[in-house]
Amino acid sequence: MNIVRALKCRECGHEYEIEPTHVCEFCFGPLEVVYDYDKLEGIFTRELIESRPQTMWRYKELLPINGEPTVGAQNGFTPLVRARRLEKVLGVKELYIKNDSVCYPTLSFKDRVVSVALSKAVEFGFTTVACASTGNLAGSVAANAAAAGLESYVFIPHNLEQGKVLGAGIFGTKIIGIEGEYDDVNRLCSEVAGKYGWAFVNVNVRPFYAEGSKSLGYEVMEQLGWKAPKHVVVPMASGSLCTKVAKSIKEFIQLGLVEDNGTAIYGAQATGCSPIAKSVKESTDLIHPVHANTIAKSLAIGNPADGYYANRIIRESGGWAEDISDEEVVAAMKLLAETEGIFAETAGGVTLGCAQKMIESGKLPRDESIVLCITGNGLKTQEAVVDAIQKPRIIGASLKEFDALAEADGVK
Amino acid sequence: MKLRVYLTFNTATVREPIIWKLGKTFDVMTNIRTAEVKENTGLVGLELEGKSDVVEAAVKWLTEQGVHVEPIEQNVIEG
Repeated sequence: MNIVRALKCRECGHEYEIEPTHVCEFCFGPLEVVYDYDKLEGIFTRELIESRPQTMWRYKELLPINGEPTVGAQNGFTPLVRARRLEKVLGVKELYIKNDSVCYPTLSFKDRVVSVALSKAVEFGFTTVACASTGNLAGSVAANAAAAGLESYVFIPHNLEQGKVLGAGIFGTKIIGIEGEYDDVNRLCSEVAGKYGWAFVNVNVRPFYAEGSKSLGYEVMEQLGWKAPKHVVVPMASGSLCTKVAKSIKEFIQLGLVEDNGTAIYGAQATGCSPIAKSVKESTDLIHPVHANTIAKSLAIGNPADGYYANRIIRESGGWAEDISDEEVVAAMKLLAETEGIFAETAGGVTLGCAQKMIESGKLPRDESIVLCITGNGLKTQEAVVDAIQKPRIIGASLKEFDALAEADGVK
Repeated sequence: MKLRVYLTFNTATVREPIIWKLGKTFDVMTNIRTAEVKENTGLVGLELEGKSDVVEAAVKWLTEQGVHVEPIEQNVIEG
């Protein structure tokens, strides 16, 4: 059942037909998909959802596509891990990790948004899809487009991590490296989107794309045993994920699938690019654009489009935002890997590191449930930690040499 | 051409009559569509209409005045 009603301006409330557009003609506000939830009353139940395959599409009624997905039908439904060893280190009672570092097929939560965006692009009749990307999105667009038989172009900053360039190029996409920062890549992409008539996942099909993030929130609630978390920590680039996690919770409450748990939402950024965290800490709602300078490149958006909305969600929910240095990012990546066996990308380090800081400052309570959203895989940002890990100790192929080494290690 | 932009003003520029100066200096029609101005910062959604080269020169001039100019179509979300 399709319950999508319209695209609605988040500022002035003007409604538009469902079409590939993202800006309100009247006030320039961003457009968002709105639904007629009443139509789902009595139909969209826990039992129905549980009876479906374990993919993000088990919540398809709440995603803005017609019928079945044509792209990324297997995506989503990543593990929610109870992080008991990390709980001990952080001194908290109940900690979970939503592990989208193993999201199918390209190991980041971008596979969720891309499968919605590309399914919608196919519905609209596009044959070429494209994106401006800090890396993860490029790989996801390239892979999902390849699997769906779509042409793809991805535009990235020229200095992106090798792992991410390779992770897109292998899919036969056309990669264009742009001299400049991510915000410069955006500038070019919007001009290209206007001229070439392609589906740019984060330009003209953005309202549909962004809705895909809600599936992460739905899964967390179902995996917690149909409960909304008490506290959620989300990494912020544009701030979109933050707003969509909040929307997912609101929708589940409205549909009677979970109780209102007064969920507080917390945002995490790297200090080298922290316009949203700064605005929250300064209790203002205006975002000052910054020049990004951090190893957390997937979060390096200096002028975050959803910053204002993320700020509002965080403050209204009773949450907070924090930022940490690049050194703290690396330390947190190591901590997550060494305690939970999860190798997250730099953004994951940002999320954990900021959570740690907020626990220490008392912003995040130690005795209530906390969910950390880990959104990408560390294999893609190996440059960030290559100098921080122990190098292999080289010995000859003799037991004697190993015995000496073991003795030095105190092995008995 | 018609260009839709967001202008962000900082502490140094927020008290200046920059949009008025823009209209005096360049032959462009300015149309404010949304605005929020506070003590230390301001955000204005502005439509600029005029000959292409004049609109481009006007945008360049705004940047030189210390105003952050972000075309609205380019206001892209995360990647």
